[in-house]
Amino acid sequence: MSQVNRIAGSSKRINRNRTLTFSFNGKEYKGFEGDTVASALLANGVDVVGRSFKYSRPRGIITSDSQEPNAIFQIGSTQATTIPNPRATQTDLYQGLTASSTNGWPNVDFDLMGTVGKLGGSMMPPGFYYKTFMFPQSLWMSYEHLIRKGAGLGASPQQSDPDSYDKMHHHCDVMIVGGGPAGLAAALSAAQTGARVIISDEQNEFGGSLLCSTQQIDGQHPSQWVEKTVAQLSDMDNVMLLPRSTVFGYYDHNLVGINERRTDHLGEHQLQSTRQRVHKVRAKQVILATGAHERPLVYGNNDVPGCMLANAVSTYINRYDVVPGNQLVLMTTNDNAYKTAIDWHQAGRKVVAIVDTRSTSNGDLVNKVRKLGIDIIFGHGVIDVKGSKRVKGVDVAPINASNHSVTGPAKHFVCDTVASSGGWSPVIHLSSHTGSRPVWNEDIAGFVPGDTVQQQHSCGGLEGVYALSKVISDGFTTGAVAAQAAGKGEGRYAGKSPKTSDPQEDASMALFHIPHSKKTSRAPKQFVDYQNDVTAAGIELANREGFESIEHVKRYTALGFGTDQGKLGNINGMAITAKSLGKTIPETGTTIFRPMYTPTTFGALAGADVKHLFDPARFSAMHKWHLDNGAEFEDVGQWKRPWYFPQPGETMQQSLERECLATRNSVGILDASTLGKIDIQGKDAREFLNRVYTNPWSKLGVGKCRYGVMCKEDGMVFDDGVTVCLDDNRFIMTTTTGGAAGVLQWLELWHQTEWPELEVYFSTVTDHWSTMTISGPNARKVLEKICDIDVSNDSFKYMDWRAATVAGVKARIFRISFTGELSFEINVQANYGMHAWKAVMAAGEEFNITPYGTETMHILRAEKGFIIVGQDTDGSVTPQDLDMDWVVGKKKEFSFIGKRSWTRFDNKRDDRKQMVGLKPKDPKFVLPEGAQIVFEKNQSIPMKMVGHVTSSYYSACMGYSFALAVVKGGISRKGDSVFLPLSDGTTVEAEICSPVFYDPKGDRQNV
Amino acid sequence: MLLIHCPYCEEMREEEEFSPAGQAHIVRPLQPEEISDEQWAHYLFFRKNPRGLHHEMWLHAAGCRKYFNATRNTVTYEIMETYKMGLKPSVTASEEGQS
Repeated sequence: MSQVNRIAGSSKRINRNRTLTFSFNGKEYKGFEGDTVASALLANGVDVVGRSFKYSRPRGIITSDSQEPNAIFQIGSTQATTIPNPRATQTDLYQGLTASSTNGWPNVDFDLMGTVGKLGGSMMPPGFYYKTFMFPQSLWMSYEHLIRKGAGLGASPQQSDPDSYDKMHHHCDVMIVGGGPAGLAAALSAAQTGARVIISDEQNEFGGSLLCSTQQIDGQHPSQWVEKTVAQLSDMDNVMLLPRSTVFGYYDHNLVGINERRTDHLGEHQLQSTRQRVHKVRAKQVILATGAHERPLVYGNNDVPGCMLANAVSTYINRYDVVPGNQLVLMTTNDNAYKTAIDWHQAGRKVVAIVDTRSTSNGDLVNKVRKLGIDIIFGHGVIDVKGSKRVKGVDVAPINASNHSVTGPAKHFVCDTVASSGGWSPVIHLSSHTGSRPVWNEDIAGFVPGDTVQQQHSCGGLEGVYALSKVISDGFTTGAVAAQAAGKGEGRYAGKSPKTSDPQEDASMALFHIPHSKKTSRAPKQFVDYQNDVTAAGIELANREGFESIEHVKRYTALGFGTDQGKLGNINGMAITAKSLGKTIPETGTTIFRPMYTPTTFGALAGADVKHLFDPARFSAMHKWHLDNGAEFEDVGQWKRPWYFPQPGETMQQSLERECLATRNSVGILDASTLGKIDIQGKDAREFLNRVYTNPWSKLGVGKCRYGVMCKEDGMVFDDGVTVCLDDNRFIMTTTTGGAAGVLQWLELWHQTEWPELEVYFSTVTDHWSTMTISGPNARKVLEKICDIDVSNDSFKYMDWRAATVAGVKARIFRISFTGELSFEINVQANYGMHAWKAVMAAGEEFNITPYGTETMHILRAEKGFIIVGQDTDGSVTPQDLDMDWVVGKKKEFSFIGKRSWTRFDNKRDDRKQMVGLKPKDPKFVLPEGAQIVFEKNQSIPMKMVGHVTSSYYSACMGYSFALAVVKGGISRKGDSVFLPLSDGTTVEAEICSPVFYDPKGDRQNV
Repeated sequence: MLLIHCPYCEEMREEEEFSPAGQAHIVRPLQPEEISDEQWAHYLFFRKNPRGLHHEMWLHAAGCRKYFNATRNTVTYEIMETYKMGLKPSVTASEEGQS
């Protein structure tokens, strides 16, 4: 198809020497470099670009900027490169671009759901989904399936993104958001003070509104001034220019988030470069020069393709040499939009009529139009549009805005394009991000930024300053003021302002909603928010149903809920609400815009922090050995720990049974390097331990180890581990693998905030040591072979530690046991970990030394009733609940952390959940962990739940399954039966018993 | 994203280096056994949630690992001051006329 709407214009914004081919909904089209997808589609005369969300009505391109609600596409040719929902108006065209509509099924030209929309228009009021599909609730799943297929927005990529992304941090004196006339002037003025300036703009080049303007500056086309100013800025070392860079958020303490699209305009997956980059700018001063968005008017069938914003029409003509139709009707409330009629006329196409809602105007633009001989109809409005896939004509009628009525018969005009302008709304989104409440400005009939605590300035259109000469001078002034506030310059712009002559404009009319001869609820649909099919009638209905707060209206009607976040429709929606409630707009107020300004890709936000850079993995020094020996791993915090070591052909259960039996009967070895280790030093170290642990540390001798439990101040167990006395003023505290960082922070908190007078220092040494635990009746025989000290029971007792040489390297050996067997924990400098491990394996070979992982460790410790904090406890369990009162110091002088709370009423209840053992009646049945426990088998639902299973295994050593559990008052219920109703509907019975199943007297670890 | 001055490092640093650590200036009772359950519960569980000035602790977790105090406006997120552990705030709610 040829570019039927491309005229022989003179715009330099497109490069006619470079023709680009692209496809839309499977058809090939041509455009030029410099086009957006939207301008290229309009050039090719494509009217229908999508279907509406609820009614499935055909929709066309309305805007030329970030407001676009309809032309949101799926762009990209593969499942890896596809992007859902970018706006065609903001997507630069590249060779081979592949785009399709995000809704419309089976396709946008023949849409099955459209039938529903036509038939069921009145059947789909606001709140439709709530009202209709919630009853019966059981059918929602089948409704949803159909609705999702028919409606819905783009699809997520199904393959991982091949592109790379990154982030940069910046500090600057003045950050300027928006590179239109105000922003460029502000940048120049601020930069001339020597201030460090960053200026960003979302478009592919700087210039903002000047890119589509014909108003001369210094007697030349405005692009000349833009080029000159950008060249000046580029030459300055203190200025950074960021085109194609959207400020998506303005955050506390003047942090500005910018997404720079570096290669999106070149094509898919550019290998040589970062695709998008997020800039995090911490600015001393921020200037918002975000300009204003034109507001459409709300009138009957205003969504038929061919209905557009007046300024968008001008943009396509002046910037892209594209006239999106042949016969124009322009409806306006202001002088400014007359420019569009002039542009259309000068492009050589017919302006059928200008419909002005005001009684008259004598502004310069209006008089210019009069001279061109264009028909102007004052005091009228377009009340209805005819046509379905393209405008075919309009009905124009005299209106009375003050009582919202049509005062005479309508006249029909044939046309194919309707441009409307209801005035301009400042782009207050960013200033709202930090919580600033917008303020209504009656003069411009729009919200402007309100008070803020940020170091923030605004200028130009954002302040409601629209005349070009004033916009530029406002920019110069604001730039100088902001630079001075950042400590640069004198606060005045020294240069000269360029000369422009602004047309004199008569007053605009504050009108948002064009009346119809029928009342709104009966009139043709008048769309306010196109993306969510919110109509004026819908808003009025919501108001009648009692939704009066604008925040409620928003949520009930879905006004402003689309990907455009209400940019196009919100002010109109608020004005309609205000009118329907008999309030003023400031009384009705506005909803608050939040980040993101436009949708930002996940790729950009993630930056380089993906895959292995997302979260570091930690490995012990023996990791490679584990890999070589077939270990399966589990994640414990960031650590990769061997879970079990399957031999060829073994199931997991078979591996575990083999590992358990080998350890109980001969000797096993565990890599325990990941346990947290904190070096505690200082003359008050012992006293500090007394305060943070529940048990006493005053008398722990050098060379001894002791198990300790730590509680939070509320008395609940928080961590446990063995602490070793290296010297009178030096201890090594071990913590759980996952709890290490939290424990260190906890110790620092108490030392720094409560007991700074104690002389004690903490240092994490987890990574300094490699730790291997050999456990089992033959552990000593293995150690003897490679160790230079006497390890007999007489000289190296249970809970002792010794410095020694193991396999030729210095080691600390702790004789502690988490399995209940004779155990030695050998700690060597991490660099020697692999060497020592291999030496131990060699020494143990004759005893069939068996490596075991975390799962076997869990089984062996559970057989002994040893808890794992975080598995058997959950932050609501005291040492007394665990039947571990023995670990509580009774004579300690200091009221250590947690102690006072145990005497609180709630913690003394005898029906607290207490830790017990459970023996299932069926000795082969392993209870599911987390299973709920009840006392009475036959109860109606909801049953009275009295506890749950915390750990549960099959014991190969004992030949039956067993579990640890917490049960209300369980300690005094030993021997009782309890029942576990399972998720499959069955109920199993188990007997409460002691949690120590294996070797209850502890003989085996003492040999 | 706040910009926070660490009184120990004496530098403005990004919020991502810090973690919040709750209300400041809560003193642990010296003789816990001699106060009532109710008094102990207040120490344990009851925290202020003001609209306006709040004195709170922060930890320079990815920096010097020190806890310090800050006076922050919970509405505007302005940080009026940061000060070392053991010092008193110089900006207080009564001066600001807020609760």
